[in-house]
Amino acid sequence: MIKIKTMNQTQILVIGRHPEILQTVVRLVNNNPEWKGTGCLTEQEAISVFDQQVFDLVLLGAGIDESSEDSLCAHFKARKPDIKIVQHYGGGSGLLSAEIYEALKSNQL
Amino acid sequence: MAQTILHKAETRGHANHGWLSSYQSFSFANYYNPERMQFGALRVLNDDTVDAGMGFGKHPHDNMEIISIPLEGDLEHKDSMNNVAVIKNGDIQAMSAGTGIYHSEYNNDRASQVKFLQIWIYPNKRNVEPRYDQLTLNLADRHNKLQQVLSPNPDDAGVWIHQDAWFHLGKFDKGIDTEYTIKKQGNGVYAFVLNGQLEINGQVLNTRDALGIWDTDQFKITALTDAEFLLIDVPMVF
Repeated sequence: MIKIKTMNQTQILVIGRHPEILQTVVRLVNNNPEWKGTGCLTEQEAISVFDQQVFDLVLLGAGIDESSEDSLCAHFKARKPDIKIVQHYGGGSGLLSAEIYEALKSNQL
Repeated sequence: MAQTILHKAETRGHANHGWLSSYQSFSFANYYNPERMQFGALRVLNDDTVDAGMGFGKHPHDNMEIISIPLEGDLEHKDSMNNVAVIKNGDIQAMSAGTGIYHSEYNNDRASQVKFLQIWIYPNKRNVEPRYDQLTLNLADRHNKLQQVLSPNPDDAGVWIHQDAWFHLGKFDKGIDTEYTIKKQGNGVYAFVLNGQLEINGQVLNTRDALGIWDTDQFKITALTDAEFLLIDVPMVF
C-alpha cells in the first residue's frame, strides 16, 4: 500500500469521542502552518486513516475507554514502532501546543 | 532533604490580548517553556485580569480539573451543564471537565476589571462525568491560619476534585508563622504569594513569587509582612 505523506508538515492524528471538541482541537492544530491535523471519532476510522497516511503523532482525546486506547496503541505501534502517542488533556488551546512540542521533542531523542 | 524550585513573579509567561492580561506560571497557549511545564499534577496557574465587559467566549475543555479563584470583581460562568453562576472574591469554583464540557466566563461589570486565578490540575481518572461545584468561603477562617478550600474528598472542607490535591489559603499578619504538613506521601506544595512577603524554608518570596517544595513532610511559613498566599498540595507523580 502506498501511504500519503505531505512534506514539511507534521502529521497529527487526533482521536476523540466528542465531535465539537474534536473539531476544535483539529482546528487549533491546523492553526499552526507546520502541523496538519486529522480528526477521527471512532477506532475503526482511526485505524483506517492511520493505515493510509503517514503520521508523526497521535493525540488521544477524551471519551476513549482504556481497552480501546490499548488496542489502538497496539495497532499503531505494530504499524509504525516510532509513532509517538500521547494522551491529550484539556480539550482546547491551553495545553495543546506545549503537548505537541514536548511530544515531537522526545521523538527527536 | 527538601527539594525546592523558585519561580520569581517576573519569570512567568505573559500574554496581553488587550482585554485579557494573563501571567502564566507554566507553559500555556502561546507561552512554551520546556522548563516550565508543570509542578507534579499542577499544570496551569494563570493569573488573569479581564477588562470590564469582556470575557472568554464559549470554549471546550475535557479531562482536566479546573479551579477558579476570583481575587477582585465578579465573573459570570455559564456551561453546557446548564450552570449559570457568578463567582466573586471569596468564592472558589471547581469543574471536572471529564468527557467534555463547554463554558464561558464573562466580566459583566461595565466599570471594573476582574482578577482571578485559573488553576488546572491533571485528574487521577480520565473520562469522568463532567461536574461543577462552587462555594463561598468565610474570609475570617484564613486570618492567621490556613483555610482548606479544596480536597479530594466530597465530605471535607472546601470544594473537591478528582485528584489527591489540597488547596489552602492564608491571610497572615506580619510575624505570624505556621508549620505546614504535606497531606500525602509523594506530594509536593506549590506556594504562591498573592501579596506581601513570606519566608518558606529560608526562601524569601514577594508578591506573585512561587516556591515549589517536595521530598519533605513539612515546612515552615513565616509572614515577613502582612501577606496572603495559596498553597497547592499535589502529587509529584500521578
